[in-house]
Amino acid sequence: MSDGYWETVIGLEVHVQLATDSKIFSGSATRFGASPNSQASAVDLAMPGMLPVLNEKAVRYAVMFGLAIEADIGRRSVFDRKNYFYPDLPKGYQISQFDHPIVGRGQVQIQMPDGSSREIGVTRAHLEEDAGKSLHEDFHGMSGIDLNRAGTPLLEIVSEPEMRSAEEAVAYLKTIHSIITYLGISDGNMAEGSMRCDVNISLRPRGEAEFGTRTEIKNVNSFRFVEKAIQVETERQMDILEDGGSVVQETRLYDADRNETRSMRSKEVANDYRYFPEPDLLPVDIDEAYIDALRESLPELPVAKRQRFEAQYALGSYDAAVLSAERALADYFEAVAACGDAKSAANWVQVELLGALNKSELSMSDCPVPAAELATLIERINDNSISGKIAKQVFDLLWSEGGSVDAIIEAKGFKQVSDSGALEAMVTEVIDANPEQVQQYLAADEGKRKKLLGFFVGQIMKASKGQANPKLVNEILAAKLDSAS
Amino acid sequence: MSVDQAEIEKIAQLARIRVAPADITELTDRITGILDLVDQMQAVDTAGVEPLASPLNASQRLREDAVTESDRHVDFQAIAPVTEADLYLVPKVID
Repeated sequence: MSDGYWETVIGLEVHVQLATDSKIFSGSATRFGASPNSQASAVDLAMPGMLPVLNEKAVRYAVMFGLAIEADIGRRSVFDRKNYFYPDLPKGYQISQFDHPIVGRGQVQIQMPDGSSREIGVTRAHLEEDAGKSLHEDFHGMSGIDLNRAGTPLLEIVSEPEMRSAEEAVAYLKTIHSIITYLGISDGNMAEGSMRCDVNISLRPRGEAEFGTRTEIKNVNSFRFVEKAIQVETERQMDILEDGGSVVQETRLYDADRNETRSMRSKEVANDYRYFPEPDLLPVDIDEAYIDALRESLPELPVAKRQRFEAQYALGSYDAAVLSAERALADYFEAVAACGDAKSAANWVQVELLGALNKSELSMSDCPVPAAELATLIERINDNSISGKIAKQVFDLLWSEGGSVDAIIEAKGFKQVSDSGALEAMVTEVIDANPEQVQQYLAADEGKRKKLLGFFVGQIMKASKGQANPKLVNEILAAKLDSAS
Repeated sequence: MSVDQAEIEKIAQLARIRVAPADITELTDRITGILDLVDQMQAVDTAGVEPLASPLNASQRLREDAVTESDRHVDFQAIAPVTEADLYLVPKVID
């Protein structure tokens, strides 16, 4: 059987940590990296008699997400208890939402690297609290519990099983990341666990309507690992099925070091969470005025921005997608494009700026070159002050040493030579130094002359250390050579 | 509706409640009795009635997103059985 026989079916559950100052049900801080248990209050510790009080900002952020994916907003949503026992869950239950989530059915549009796009359904998104952290290092055979994270607000976004490849799953995840960071409802920092992903995956013969048995890969924490985990799990399931076996429905872990998934031993005999309505919280009612006000306040979202970039700046769909993927990058691009040359702005931002950021592993927020300087740099190329080649040197200096474009051009004497007297002298010098090439040029026909002209231009650019205005050089050179005949 | 002993054992396991083998028969009978009451209630025609999330006819008040708690881990950990490096220590939970 070839690879084409099987179809991979993927659904994702994405947990997004909402960027609130305090927890979802208590007034404890949510700051990342605080010393253990310094941000765990009596509510988070489940001390007797403590009651949860819902954080308005967590509700607002969830509704904003719902509006951004054009979902049905739960006008009356209900919190439920999900019961299980683990030491990092002091209450013995997690407050979550089951039958009546705050965000219902919606959809996102994903963009593939080849420029094509498609829609992926979002089944629901619900609010819940995070658990604490267990540390299993050497504590004399015991486990250490840090409850700082317990009660941190999460939005769990559940997709329909509508993705068919690792690439689509990554594109979906990037889209969700882009939406939540545009909205400012999460910092989206995957390394710090602000966005975590569970992957549901199964195989079925292509054309088959029924789904195969799925496995769930828990807590995959980067775009690259999601892609690799799906690839190796697809192969594992394919091997089992082609050997005539059957896939066991279970939870698995992705081990990045070994690039494999393996079965997690189940915490409980049976996965029965015995959900029931949380008696300590009343239903949450959301009225139209609240929703309308939030809808009004939504920023321009990635898809709309991408389409505007294509129309307003005449960018191709790929360029527009890259430049609109991150809000900070999009804002930067627009500030550079203010120089009036959007095409150059798109090139410089994508090639030089993103290249330099990637090389030094920096994000947009650490970018050392202000957008206004990059805009000036493009203006200096366009007004013939410097050549494109010199501009790259200026950019490197801006990146490594800072300062302003004009000051660097001045200090380094980079200004392009456009003085025709000086250029004519240079041209004469080069012609005199290369009589053989001049003879070849004169003997050549029109087509070959163009090619030979390049040799002289190269010599002049070399003599001027790249600072001669190439357009003027070409004009003077052609005039002088033609008059030599 | 009735439950059997195996179900009682499973529920006890999920709830982490130790039930002595001698008590299982009695527990099974009593829970079956409760479920009989549930059967009576389920006989009522509830077509068209919205399930109730709360008996109170009210909706949840929301809290402003503000940090109002301070670090009290020293007080809380004074009553914990074992702590180290500001962590609560518990019997090892990983296999």
